[in-house]
Amino acid sequence: MYRSAVYDKSLLNEIAPPKKGKIKSIDSIPTSLQRKENINIPGLDETQLVRHFHHLSQMNYGVDTGIYPLGSCTMKYNPKICEEIASWDNFACTHPYQDISTVQGNLEIMFELERMLCEITGMDYFTLQPAAGAQGEFLGMLLTRAYHKFKNNNERNEVILPDTAHGTNPASVTMAGYKLIEIPSTKDGTVDLDMLEKALSDKTACFMLTNPNTLGVFESEIIEISKMVHNAGALLYYDGANINAIMGKAKPGDMGFDIVHLNLHKTFATPHGGGGPGSGPVGVNIKLEKFLPVPRIAKKEGKYLFDYDAPESIGKIKGFYGNFSVLLKAYIYILMMGRDGLKEASEIAVLNSNYLKKKILKSGKYEMPYKELRKHEFVISCEKLKQEKEIRAMDVAKRLLDHGLHPPTIYFPLIVKEALMIEPTETESKEDLDKFIDALIKIADEDPKIVKNAPNNTPVKRVDEVSASKNPILTWNMI
Amino acid sequence: MKFISNSSVKDVMLKEIGLNNIKDLFFDIPQKIRIKDLNLPDGLSQQETEKKLRYIACKNKSFHDITSFLGGGIKPHYIPPFVKSIISRSEFYTSYTPYQSEASQGFLQAMFEYQSIIAELTGMDIANCSLYDGVTALGEAALMCTRINRKKTFVIPENISSDKKSVLKNYTRGAEIEIKEAPYDIKTGKIDLDQLKKNVDENTAGVYIENPNFFGIFEDDIDKISKIVKGAGSLFVVGIDPVSLGIIKSPGEYSADIVIGEGRALGNPMSYGGCSLGIFACKKEFLRQTPGRIIGLTKDSDGKRAFCMALQTREQHIRRGKATSNICTNEGLCALAAVSYLSWLGGGGLEKLSKINFENGQKLAKKIESIKGFEKMFSGVHFNEFVIKCKNDAKMINKKLLQRGIQGGSVIDSWYPKLKNCILFGVTEMHSDADIEKLVSALKEVSNV
Repeated sequence: MYRSAVYDKSLLNEIAPPKKGKIKSIDSIPTSLQRKENINIPGLDETQLVRHFHHLSQMNYGVDTGIYPLGSCTMKYNPKICEEIASWDNFACTHPYQDISTVQGNLEIMFELERMLCEITGMDYFTLQPAAGAQGEFLGMLLTRAYHKFKNNNERNEVILPDTAHGTNPASVTMAGYKLIEIPSTKDGTVDLDMLEKALSDKTACFMLTNPNTLGVFESEIIEISKMVHNAGALLYYDGANINAIMGKAKPGDMGFDIVHLNLHKTFATPHGGGGPGSGPVGVNIKLEKFLPVPRIAKKEGKYLFDYDAPESIGKIKGFYGNFSVLLKAYIYILMMGRDGLKEASEIAVLNSNYLKKKILKSGKYEMPYKELRKHEFVISCEKLKQEKEIRAMDVAKRLLDHGLHPPTIYFPLIVKEALMIEPTETESKEDLDKFIDALIKIADEDPKIVKNAPNNTPVKRVDEVSASKNPILTWNMI
Repeated sequence: MKFISNSSVKDVMLKEIGLNNIKDLFFDIPQKIRIKDLNLPDGLSQQETEKKLRYIACKNKSFHDITSFLGGGIKPHYIPPFVKSIISRSEFYTSYTPYQSEASQGFLQAMFEYQSIIAELTGMDIANCSLYDGVTALGEAALMCTRINRKKTFVIPENISSDKKSVLKNYTRGAEIEIKEAPYDIKTGKIDLDQLKKNVDENTAGVYIENPNFFGIFEDDIDKISKIVKGAGSLFVVGIDPVSLGIIKSPGEYSADIVIGEGRALGNPMSYGGCSLGIFACKKEFLRQTPGRIIGLTKDSDGKRAFCMALQTREQHIRRGKATSNICTNEGLCALAAVSYLSWLGGGGLEKLSKINFENGQKLAKKIESIKGFEKMFSGVHFNEFVIKCKNDAKMINKKLLQRGIQGGSVIDSWYPKLKNCILFGVTEMHSDADIEKLVSALKEVSNV
């Protein structure tokens, strides 16, 4: 039976209460700015400090703990060699403004990574600047805006999205100042071509799509969709959160997408870091190249350099050149996987997903609306359990924790009731998949009381999230 | 195959789900767009990969190979090895956004502690648990000001980094916010108060200043600046270098409403500019307009202390198109490095660190100033960066320094045409007296050439 380590953890300020005190101010600092008192932050000795965080880490679940099947998050194993190399001084201790002759290695890596990502996606050019997928989307919208402005199509102020879109899509669209048009999906869970046709107009700037979509369904009518969007004079945007399903099988560029973002922290195995840092490079086809952020990385006479000469460029989206250490880790991963490795990663990711899906559905405890064949992820519904036993998706998720398994994404996409969105990735073994299946089936048969009271084997029992928002306590001073 | 567990059992698995071939899983991809293979090389073994990367790494020079005096928003700082040990705990770095609180108490508590310490540091009530970097934090701050007071202009100093200006423009384009620049005083290097006054009016959503500013100079007219901002009914946004806060006041003490900054210096390596850590803190009254993830303290069903994500209804995964920001993935691990580093330093340690940085800044500036052909550009008091005007061609000076194994400061006239042949030098606790002497004697040599 799984049991998480449990510590009754004091907060840092309880372990070492900060000592208030006057400090000797420095006369040469302008009096209006001189600090008079110590900042109130605790100072622990190294042993206390390391133990504190060591204990906290033991109350946290990561991919190295076990299966982490968050849908659309691609929680795959993070190779240790990538961490090791990224920490070498010759990478970690370089400054972004160093003379270009002293950072040729960094530029080579970025240049080569851009070429690799172009090949994987079928796009013509890439920028590595965005810090995350959502920032890639936002950049995509800025590129869309620059493109239409360049063509004097300033009246194009709408962006269309299917109702299965990731939450960041609509948020990025409105942040870029566009009006959002959401269209419902078909009974197969795919883009409704009639609805799309109706939504498209001379006001449409862009259609954003994830393929395979968040249900894990491949949009088979993508070529038709691309034609419709382009005939309307709009651009087609690819949310690459789900590209782990199709590497070496198909390319967004061939499907007709104009802009693509990738999440290096998903598909290319860089760690999610408890929330970040990530990296969200953006690829475009030739008609959008001139709008890409500066600097572009170029190679001339065997030397790498930064090219700022891009008068139509949108400028910058993040400081310096992106999250370089994440780029480096992704580059290492692609080198190791190579042509066959990336293809097999997608094949096994899709196999693992369909294996899970088939076995879970075979139990008859859960249902799966929409189309049968799924790619790297699938979404099942706990609606039947809710009707019969008042067990909700949230309860199933919490009970999975008692089995030492991380739950899937829940209540997303919104078009599936009581949704469990499951993405196992290619790095999970058959044994671990079987354990997950067994747990899901067992939970469905359990006494609802036990399931609704879960979890019990975690460091804390079910957390009251409602009062955390109603009466927010966000720092130790607010306690 | 590497990192793929089921290569050897795939036929068994296929059979169990009634399929014969992997191809059966991909028939929904139209024939027309199916590809056979990617045009990429064969994969390398871990050993081969490491060898290749060693070869590439040799084409770089690290801070430890060349004595570097660069600044401009990023400088080298000492990272005690325990920080790496903590952030290398894989339960931390291989986890993601703590959607499942019960399985994420460790990271959640660490982020709550990070927020608490950042609030102390900035003198604000609350902080979020990170944005991408200090640069995008400015963009988010400008958007937040407009959300709060519905006004449509945002005033910045002329002398902020060119990256910040460009990113700010892009972040505020959609909300149609007009950006106005208040020039600096060419004598002091501080913001020109008369010009600031002219730029701020009743339509100003927010005013941004940096302390110390991009030239390294302390903006000490804070009471006057604050009066101008508040007098117009605008919000006061202050950018910090956390390393300076051990010896100067927190922006909260001079009535800032929102505080942002780059937090990389707190236990994170330079890594060629990334990863970074966007600090974002503000007054409690603006809580519901804040961008990004915030962790709250609450209880579990037994009444025991517990942590979880708070106010998620501001965020994109709930609010979608009406979210306060599109941010999802942030810089959590860099925030973890920052909280462990800061709680080791403590208030007293930070004061010492600030002092060393300030003193090294003074020492180096004085020595360079005393060399013929170099003078300090501005009269304002600086922290650990400063601008030197060279009599000779600044680019040539840097070239000659490089031949002597030294990376000089940034030549900034491409960003500020008025500052021809000016170099922005940066120095920190990483620079020994010997490093400083090395630069000074090299400058003496090159000034004579």
